[in-house]
Amino acid sequence: MMKDNVDERIGVDAMDVKFAAKDVQVYYGDNHAIKDVSVDILDKTVTAFIGPSGCGKSTFLRSLNRMNDTIPICRVEGDITLDGQDINAPEVDPVQLRAKVGMVFQKPNPFPKSIYDNVAYGPRIHGLARNKAELDEIVEKSLRRGAIWDEVKDRLDAPGTGLSGGQQQRLCIARAVATEPEVLLMDEPCSALDPIATAQVEELIDELKQNYSVIIVTHSMQQAARVSQKTAFFHLGNLVEYGDTTDIFTNPRDSRTESYITGRIG
Amino acid sequence: MNDPHIAKAFDRDLEGVQAQVMKMGGLVEEAIRESAKALKARDVELAERIRRSDTRIDELEDLINTQCAQVLALRQPAAGDLRTVLTVMKIAGNLERIGDYAKNLAKRTEVLSHMQPIEGASSAIKRMSKEVEKMLSDALDAYVRRDAALAEDVRHRDLEVDQMYNALFREFLTFMMEDPRNITACMHLHFIAKNIERMGDHVTSVADQVIYLATGQFPDEARPKDNKSIYRVEGVDEAEE
Repeated sequence: MMKDNVDERIGVDAMDVKFAAKDVQVYYGDNHAIKDVSVDILDKTVTAFIGPSGCGKSTFLRSLNRMNDTIPICRVEGDITLDGQDINAPEVDPVQLRAKVGMVFQKPNPFPKSIYDNVAYGPRIHGLARNKAELDEIVEKSLRRGAIWDEVKDRLDAPGTGLSGGQQQRLCIARAVATEPEVLLMDEPCSALDPIATAQVEELIDELKQNYSVIIVTHSMQQAARVSQKTAFFHLGNLVEYGDTTDIFTNPRDSRTESYITGRIG
Repeated sequence: MNDPHIAKAFDRDLEGVQAQVMKMGGLVEEAIRESAKALKARDVELAERIRRSDTRIDELEDLINTQCAQVLALRQPAAGDLRTVLTVMKIAGNLERIGDYAKNLAKRTEVLSHMQPIEGASSAIKRMSKEVEKMLSDALDAYVRRDAALAEDVRHRDLEVDQMYNALFREFLTFMMEDPRNITACMHLHFIAKNIERMGDHVTSVADQVIYLATGQFPDEARPKDNKSIYRVEGVDEAEE
């Protein structure tokens, strides 16, 4: 069924689709925040969601791992499938879903635990390590992937909250990749980072796309252009345009996209 | 696309660099017109002025390139803004080349002024340069109006310039065959005609840029060309080419 749907959408090979959204609506009470969004998110690809504040990009991102479930007045309609499986089906456990679909937030939010335990927490509850040695290995590998290993390897027992903002964010990324998610959702992951840490995170995103699908919400158009292969532009709850990042940034089809990315009052 | 930027300084930067390219276009149009006039009138003084004023065109190109580099570095333009900066740089390059050809025409005018005139040649060259000047003027209008249809029209008119060049080529060849004393003057005139034909190619390139600016796509369909006929001149065996 999924394969039938994807062909009519924009230049996408059915084999590569990770997330398929069809006619998705999201409401916060009476507020219709996401309107008729249909999009295919590809595997092994970085997809950027861009758009002005309040356009719905974060809301849509959060509906991909059911983070909106935690908001009582929020209602999601329409089909969202991950590898063909409806993520909103009653038999789907949101905790298992979030192990597959990891998330990094705008503000670094390390647990009030040691650096080691921040990263080990996920693998422990999901039973990914059989013994301490394996867990140590996962923690080191994850911290290396978060580009923070060298800075924390001598103080793994120190509290994660004692790190600088940029280090905390990279710790959160390490924590997110520790469970080997298939998709990583990043909501403005670099907004609190300096340019060096930003470059490290962007390098990490580029590495992650070898194996995962990465979706990043960003207010920095340059960042979207640098890291993504696909870009989706949201405006007033609508998905206005979705396509190759190079096309969006050199020759967008919709005048609203053009106005936004060129910094015009549209 | 006519909406202003939120950052007004960005609009000023883009408008500034585009105004420079228009100014450069005006100077180049004038150089084409005046150089043909100097040739026809055998006006050495005018030719000298044209040669000297080419430095202003070159300086404008440098200024435009510097300003474009600043816009790229400081504003990171995207979409239509990016295409504006890219096309401005290329158009400035084309205009600079056209200016050089006009300057070369002026130089040869000085040499030719000491020689026996070749009948009808300077009028034919003036007609040819007038066509190129009109094409350039239309290409720049098309740029200002982002008018891809007019730019497409300019591209097609280059065929006429090519045909004029080929006709002159044959004519000069005939003159040289008739009387070897015409050879020096005809060789200079031939280079002038060839240079005007090259101006037409640069104008066509400007028109290509306008189409890219307006549509985001370069014209893919090949434009009509007439570059074969000169190789089929009487008395020249094709096998000897």
